[in-house]
Amino acid sequence: MLPIVARTLAFATVVLFATLASAQDARVEAARKEGKVVWYTSLALPSAEKVAKLFEAAYPGIKVEVHRTGSERILGRVMQELKANIKNVDVVHTSDAGHFVMFKGRGLLTKYTPAGVEGFPAGFKDKDGYYYGLRATVNAIAYNTKALSAAEAPKTWKDLLDPKWKGKLVTAHPGYSGVITTHVAALVNLHGWDYFKQLAQNRPMLVQSAVDPSGVVASGERVVAVNGGDYTFYQTKKKGNPLEIVYPREGVPLVVSPTAIMSFAPHPNASKLFTDFTFSREVQQVMADSEGLYTGHPEVRYPADKPKLSELKLLTVDPEELEKRGEEIRKRFVEIFGA
Amino acid sequence: MTGEGVAAGTPGRLRGIDRALPVWVAVVLVLVFLMALPLGWLVWMSVSTEAAGPTLGHYAAVLQSPAMLKALWNTVVLAFWVGLASVAVGAPLAWLTARTDLPGKGVMRALVLASFVTPPFLGAFAWVMLAGPNAGLLNVLWRDVTGATEPLFDIFGMPGLVFVVTTYTFPYVYIMVANTLALIASDLEEAAAILGAGRFTVARTVTLPMVAPALVSGFILSVLQALALFGSPAILAMPAGFHTITTQIWSLFQYPPKIEQAAAISMPLLLATALLLLVQKRVLGRRGYAAVGGKGGQRRTIPLGVWRWPALLGCMAVMACAIFLPYGILAKAAFSRAWAQPLTWSNLTLGNFTFTFFEYSATRSAIVNTLELGIATASVGAVMVALLSYVANRRLIVGHQVVAFLALAPIVIPGVVLAVALFIAYTRPPLILYGTLTILFVAYLTKEMPVGYAQSDATFRGIPPELEEAGRILGAGRLRILRDVTAPLARSGIIAAWCFIFIGVIRELSASIILFTPATKVMSVVIFDLKEEGQFGAIAVLGLVMLALTFATVGLVQAVLGRDVLGVKD
Repeated sequence: MLPIVARTLAFATVVLFATLASAQDARVEAARKEGKVVWYTSLALPSAEKVAKLFEAAYPGIKVEVHRTGSERILGRVMQELKANIKNVDVVHTSDAGHFVMFKGRGLLTKYTPAGVEGFPAGFKDKDGYYYGLRATVNAIAYNTKALSAAEAPKTWKDLLDPKWKGKLVTAHPGYSGVITTHVAALVNLHGWDYFKQLAQNRPMLVQSAVDPSGVVASGERVVAVNGGDYTFYQTKKKGNPLEIVYPREGVPLVVSPTAIMSFAPHPNASKLFTDFTFSREVQQVMADSEGLYTGHPEVRYPADKPKLSELKLLTVDPEELEKRGEEIRKRFVEIFGA
Repeated sequence: MTGEGVAAGTPGRLRGIDRALPVWVAVVLVLVFLMALPLGWLVWMSVSTEAAGPTLGHYAAVLQSPAMLKALWNTVVLAFWVGLASVAVGAPLAWLTARTDLPGKGVMRALVLASFVTPPFLGAFAWVMLAGPNAGLLNVLWRDVTGATEPLFDIFGMPGLVFVVTTYTFPYVYIMVANTLALIASDLEEAAAILGAGRFTVARTVTLPMVAPALVSGFILSVLQALALFGSPAILAMPAGFHTITTQIWSLFQYPPKIEQAAAISMPLLLATALLLLVQKRVLGRRGYAAVGGKGGQRRTIPLGVWRWPALLGCMAVMACAIFLPYGILAKAAFSRAWAQPLTWSNLTLGNFTFTFFEYSATRSAIVNTLELGIATASVGAVMVALLSYVANRRLIVGHQVVAFLALAPIVIPGVVLAVALFIAYTRPPLILYGTLTILFVAYLTKEMPVGYAQSDATFRGIPPELEEAGRILGAGRLRILRDVTAPLARSGIIAAWCFIFIGVIRELSASIILFTPATKVMSVVIFDLKEEGQFGAIAVLGLVMLALTFATVGLVQAVLGRDVLGVKD
């Protein structure tokens, strides 16, 4: 009897795998027929290109068209194209979770659950299953170690208000970056708009992308970055630049950057294949290792020289709150800082 | 006997004219369509809402917004100082190269030309690396040498912006003044000298009044340039926390877009430009200077004496700011890992090139788009301006006077404003062009029309109509004469028009930045994208590619025309 059971089981297993494989094959084949996936992404350019190249190596014949710009620019782009009836984008990935609340509300998203997100923490998942957090970063302070010692460096967000930093600071812009929109929302909740009014007294240099402050501080053009994704600071530091990261005691704004497939995606199969791929353990691990990002994947291991998310006091902003307050944040920031 | 008279008497000829007439009319109609549709929409949009019909609310919103008023004021300040500074730099330089025994005059002219064709936003970007208050190379050097703690110069702010814009705008004054000086004989100056006037008095009382129209006109052209620029203020003013009109208009396109306000704030810019051009026309139109324009008479070289070498040094200092330093730092940034660090072996890399060309996927399609658009616009544009200036010069249709006006009219439309108009016009029926390369093509064709037309017009003025009349007496139709007689004579002039349009297109940023979509990026837009993310190495690489393309084209014009592009005679 036993051999028969064993044989039946073995046969079933083979059939199951073959079915799975052929289902996968059919998916890949359908995606390959579409030929490409168009990705509007706010992930820093070199990181985004790296993910795209990994995908193209894993699935030859399917190209990833990377269009990298700031989260807020992506929003403008998507809505503008929608109005002009242009259907170009497949997968949208920004660092302003409010965008996805709005997209979902307008019926612009495909309901799709990427493989392997079951174990992700709640903060990475839309309760209705339309969008999922692809990666996370926290806003931190960074300073140039040639100009400042660890003792002289600011320790808290409030330290940055000291007039001695006048002309020495750089900030990125919520009109461009979703990381910064989230940052401003979190710090307004913590310290109020007065904090930013006082910060403006120190006349920080205004750059656009949350990637840029790391370069400005590394070159020595300004001494302290008052915000910016800590992954860009981490990468810059790893390249041997004189830069150190400070995670302020009051807490660090956590930015979970969602990704979703648009309802009108011209390449739906390639979009799903690509989305699954970006949530795979391998790619999530790459993002943690070489890019210095945090992810929701429970099995991902982080570099020893980065603090664990659990060790940091996190300031979170609800996506729905971001959706409601985004425009006000951008407007007031421009009023306070001048451009 | 006029050509028309012959035509009337010969039935065959009459048919020839009838066949050609639709061509002229069609070309003119295309021109009207290019201009009228977008501008009509722009004006309408500024005084209406989609829901409620006509309103002046958008103007009220603009006028009541302190931020917008401040942007307007900043633009006025910028344009005024750029105009003055351009005259202060361009006029002496023109006089030195046109009239004196300054050493290396040919080289100097070539350098002015180089500054003329350098995309201003590349210059601005280079100056961030040169004179950023802390990391800027010149400021680092200054601190090292003097031990000072304060920077020598902060490029972020109005003075820095005026400086950089002037650096690439003074050639407009130079061209006007040098071309005028080349037409003024020395007789009057010598007469004054014989009557006992000193060298300074001669310059003040004789030479200056004669070049005054050129100075005013150069001033106005510089002001217009400064009004319309987008890239330089975006790179130098926004980090310092202020806007000019152009960057303000652009920021109104961010979500949620306020296109109506963008249309409303475009109007003052449009009116100011039109007004300034009107003034310029008046100034140039006052033909009271019989001494200017005569080809007779000698132009004697004025010896500079002991001032010869200091003058050269002054010229070289200007060129260092416009060419040597910016190009040098771009090259350095292209080949180094960290642009602010010394160029040591460990800092040397080809990584920026591999990244730009092989890893950054937007590069290649952007280069292809730019070249396609450049070639298409230049080719269609050159044919159009040739036909238009032919129509105007030979008075082929009723209302031919209007043709020149229409062809030159786009010069009053700053690139950003043109883009707003095109955006409004072509995101709706009957023609939805947004998202295609065609809308960029239309923008470039409109924007470059005046430059091409001016070149082509000069060419046809130089071709006497007698040869054509001879052809017509022998029985050829207009189109055939154009092909067999006129075109061969005008060929080099038309090729030059082609090149001017091409150079204008590959560097265009202010209209492109509003009209591009991810599928239709061009090089200037990619450079701007990279700037926002602070990818200095890749910007430098693409900047060098753009400069190489530009100078290759300039070389082609020089070869075809057999003289330099600035039109200054030796």
